[in-house]
Amino acid sequence: MVMSNAWSIWIIVIVALHIIAYAWLLFSTSKMKAKDHKKGETTGHEWDGIKEYNNPLPKWWLYMFVLTIIFAVVYLVLYPGMGNYKGTLDWTQEKEWAAENEVVKAKKAELFATFINKSIPEMIKPVINEDGSIDNTAMEIGERLFANHCSTCHGSDAGGAIGFPSLIDDDWLYGSKPENILQSIAQGRNGVMPPWGAALGDEGVTQVAAYIRNFTVPGQDQNEVAEGQKKYSMFCIACHGADAKGNQMLGGPNLTDDIWLHSYDDSRLESIIRDGIAAIMPKHKELLDDDSIKVLAAYVYSLQNEQ
Amino acid sequence: MKHAIIEKNIGLMGVLIAIVISFAGLVEIVPLMFQASVIEPHPNLKPYTALELAGRDVYVAEGCYNCHSQSIRPFVDETLRYGHYSQANEFVYDRPFQWGSKRTGPDLHRVGGKYSDDWHEVHLIDPRSVVPESNMPGYPWLAEQMVDAEQVDKGMRVLKDYFDHPYTEEQLASAKADVEGRTKLEALIAYLQVLGTAIPRSYK
Repeated sequence: MVMSNAWSIWIIVIVALHIIAYAWLLFSTSKMKAKDHKKGETTGHEWDGIKEYNNPLPKWWLYMFVLTIIFAVVYLVLYPGMGNYKGTLDWTQEKEWAAENEVVKAKKAELFATFINKSIPEMIKPVINEDGSIDNTAMEIGERLFANHCSTCHGSDAGGAIGFPSLIDDDWLYGSKPENILQSIAQGRNGVMPPWGAALGDEGVTQVAAYIRNFTVPGQDQNEVAEGQKKYSMFCIACHGADAKGNQMLGGPNLTDDIWLHSYDDSRLESIIRDGIAAIMPKHKELLDDDSIKVLAAYVYSLQNEQ
Repeated sequence: MKHAIIEKNIGLMGVLIAIVISFAGLVEIVPLMFQASVIEPHPNLKPYTALELAGRDVYVAEGCYNCHSQSIRPFVDETLRYGHYSQANEFVYDRPFQWGSKRTGPDLHRVGGKYSDDWHEVHLIDPRSVVPESNMPGYPWLAEQMVDAEQVDKGMRVLKDYFDHPYTEEQLASAKADVEGRTKLEALIAYLQVLGTAIPRSYK
């Protein structure tokens, strides 16, 4: 952050003058020596009979003002303040941050070293120390990372919300294996269902919805279900599979269970078939370092094993 | 008793006080107005598009800055949570900047790309549908109100003509069409998604 010399001089002159003027003000108004002080003499001011003694400033008070001047001079020698002069400590905000960051990184590396080379299924297991105490550092860190980076969408209990998958049930859009979870976090997921309203028509949308709803709520209009099944096998099987159990390669949800990512009421299912829908998981590769992503993946992996 | 002159003349005292307190501004603010690192945009920084600009207006109008700052300080605890600390050259096209000073909610400077558009939509309409613990108010009317295309168009021209924001002629010509028929919600999401993206959020 270098500024032109003119501005540098401008700053130096004003700051220097300021300190000099301050010192002059301080000493010129504290001229009275203790020996000149006459006890009981007033300044001559009088307000409603109240008079003001003409006493010198207490010494300790005066010295505190002097200290502020000394502080200012020392500070301006050590730290940047006088224009382009960098100070003998060569301090900058960026350097201080970088130094602190190195300390944190080193601490983190030391902490992570105890578990980061384990496989994810191993990492989630608590370690029992020789003295019998239980060390679950990896999952404790994972829980905090989850709270900061994941809970806003997936919920602080990882139970999800409408449009944002629960991570504690046994239904997985992109697979439940450690490598699937790692990829979901690092690379993100781009779940897009195209709109089918134009291809199916209103009647077709109703029929396909009936076919899908029939899995969880049997007893739908059987003609509609049969027609819907035909249309399903033309348009939907690529992503949701021939048996409607979904396709984890593409993130096509299982339609036969009673777990719904988006549709909770009747008309919602129709509108999704008609208008399509997107469910995007942002990639976190640039947000988090690889080790943190691995710990997070392990934590998410551990959630399903608790069930 | 020279100070009696000052003490008995409030107008004179006012002028002298103004002179004394102006020194801080003369030293700390005025030189910055001419300093390259403050007035030169970051190489990756682009001026707001018509839709983003409309979203910025919504951000200001709804008073988002009352609870959200846009300024990540250079402390490790902040950069761990929010990403790379904020730099002055990222705010060159903000008139005025939305740094804020209150964090009832989290800092938003590098919120761009952190969440999906769908999340923002759901969350802005009803925050508690995705974050049950949230105390942020919902803004459901943004989904029903339309962006004022005329105003966005005028705003962009002011920024181009008087503040030299580098908009191309195509951008200015299509400004109205770009925001016509878009809701304030869409505009706000477009604005949020571009926040802080000039510098990679990574602090690794």
